[in-house]
Amino acid sequence: MRLLTHNMLSSNIKGVTNGFPLQLEVEKMVVKEVAFNGDFLKNIFPKIEWKALLDAAVAMGCGDLPENAEATMLDNEEFLRKFHHALLQLHLEEGALICPETGRRFPVSKGIPNMLLHEDEV
Amino acid sequence: MPSRPEKQAPPEFFYDETEARKYTTSSRIIEIQAKLSERALELLALPDDGVSRLLLDIGCGSGLSGETLSENGHQWIGLDISHSMLDIALEREAEGDLILSDIGQGLGLRPGCIDGAISISAVQWLCNADKSSNDPKLRLRAFFGSLYRCLARGARVVLQLYPENHAQLEMITSAAMRSGFSGGLVVDYPHSTRAKKYFLCLICGPPNLSTTLPRAKGEDGGSCSEESDSDGENQTVRVQERQRPRKKQKMLQLTQVHLRTEPFLGNGYGEPKVYIYSSIAVSILEINLRWMDLHTTWVWCSNLSTLDPMTGFWGFCS
Repeated sequence: MRLLTHNMLSSNIKGVTNGFPLQLEVEKMVVKEVAFNGDFLKNIFPKIEWKALLDAAVAMGCGDLPENAEATMLDNEEFLRKFHHALLQLHLEEGALICPETGRRFPVSKGIPNMLLHEDEV
Repeated sequence: MPSRPEKQAPPEFFYDETEARKYTTSSRIIEIQAKLSERALELLALPDDGVSRLLLDIGCGSGLSGETLSENGHQWIGLDISHSMLDIALEREAEGDLILSDIGQGLGLRPGCIDGAISISAVQWLCNADKSSNDPKLRLRAFFGSLYRCLARGARVVLQLYPENHAQLEMITSAAMRSGFSGGLVVDYPHSTRAKKYFLCLICGPPNLSTTLPRAKGEDGGSCSEESDSDGENQTVRVQERQRPRKKQKMLQLTQVHLRTEPFLGNGYGEPKVYIYSSIAVSILEINLRWMDLHTTWVWCSNLSTLDPMTGFWGFCS
């Protein structure tokens, strides 16, 4: 699972009002090369919660991203490369996602988060 | 043994390792899935600017439909309830991210962040109550409600599905409309029982009339490429007598309605607004008409030849 997806996922448990961002528990991460696509990055940037991406990248051992980001920075090639790397190339392979409100643990195995809820959570 | 897979077992059990493998090694299934996905992507009508989008593949299974999305340069997130199917998607090196989840529990995604969604042959699974705690209506509402929320305004969804009957189709479409979607049903190859394919095309929020609306394939009864069976029943679509107060009815030839120059009136969010894009069976038309009940007079034509030649859809005015 890439941080792009992590940035969109939120805890869906019944009664949870603020299920975002899910905290990362990283047991194993991998880096997979992805073709660079500047247009996609510019298109997705307004939808990214920067703080969540920043924290997730740090949890994955990547401290390259700036503390804050604005749309004007998208003209900067160096920034785009870092953004690209954090968003699309870092994969959480083994570990878990933790609901920020309830602490419920959603395990991640072979890169696939298991977001299935128990019956009493629906 | 019932013939429809969703009658046999819940999807997470039906698509076990054997079934998942079978699904992904059959060249016929692969070909059909690829065609359906390409058609769904076409109906999704993303802006033609070459920019790759973030899309959802709902019920992504072994990643066959996602492959089409990747080939077209899009990023995608795939959701499926079958672990075995997702394992095969991994083996096939699907480029999108995979999430094990039950769409009937709602999608756990942030509001407004997704650019569009497709789904191939998945949504009808929601209509089966496998456990007493599974109420199909509630599951459909949870699915469509959460789907609506996670999409960017104006985003589209194309759900290819195999409705078992019209009651089921009505249950699905009304759940979508109640969640705020507008849209309609595209039926490709309506005259062929075997090649006929249903695509529920939804728009998040009020539709934008400036975009081209999709046309169904094979609605002129021409031969369909994928199966040249001779079951063309040559059915003509007629509008049946309606059991409604006369004063509410106002029948016009669609050709008299200038859809492009006179935008539909008075559509607020949440108010049903339906376009039926293609030549469709009467009973489906009836279902759609029922949504219109209170606020509308409707406009229809009595046979296919009066469909708007520019857009190929039936329209309703408020």
